[in-house]
Amino acid sequence: MRVRVQQAAFDAGAELNAFSAGHSDVGAIVSFTGIVRDIHGGLVRMEIEHYPGMTERAITEFADHARARWGLVDLLIIHRHGPLPVGAPIMMVATAAAHRGAAFEAAEFLMDYLKSRAPFWKKEVTGEGAAWVAATDADEDALGRW
Amino acid sequence: MIDVLYFAWLRERIGLPMERIETSAATVRDLVEELRRREDRYALAFSDTAALRVALDQELAEFDAPLAGVREVAFFPPMTGG
Repeated sequence: MRVRVQQAAFDAGAELNAFSAGHSDVGAIVSFTGIVRDIHGGLVRMEIEHYPGMTERAITEFADHARARWGLVDLLIIHRHGPLPVGAPIMMVATAAAHRGAAFEAAEFLMDYLKSRAPFWKKEVTGEGAAWVAATDADEDALGRW
Repeated sequence: MIDVLYFAWLRERIGLPMERIETSAATVRDLVEELRRREDRYALAFSDTAALRVALDQELAEFDAPLAGVREVAFFPPMTGG
């Protein structure tokens, strides 16, 4: 299990290949990569603030939960902070399990928790100024299904 | 002495990321009341605690949680990771 919170960019393809290598007991690997997208037009960059210490702690806690609940063989979580340009990868989750059902579900669970329970805050910077991204009820409701 | 941390728009409104304060507040809610009374910028930042979250020693907590033995309190808006 690897959890990385970093400012540096990462290569999602290389990360996935490294994660996939060397498992003979895995039938399914699911990965998700989140990208900075320009929803309304005019986004200059995204800035992500985090709470050093609590971030790693919170992620490790729900990653441990996912590993036990879905019997994952391995998992990888990378989440960036700092200024990120449009099109850059923000975060990545990969799960490895015997079967795809567990790998998909665990990846979705981890995504939902990363969104609402890991202490990151997104700010969108446009030519007009900067605005903090508001959490939505849908994000919070998504936790209810787990 | 207790370390109080602020993140995101709360940090911007208060104007600092962290401060060490002397308090006899028994609960998070008492601490919030104490901060509100300090200055307008605190009163404004803490005007609606329903819009805020709190962590005690880096674990999410409720506003009625006791502060006894706590070294670090963090206030922030709902998280937006992923």
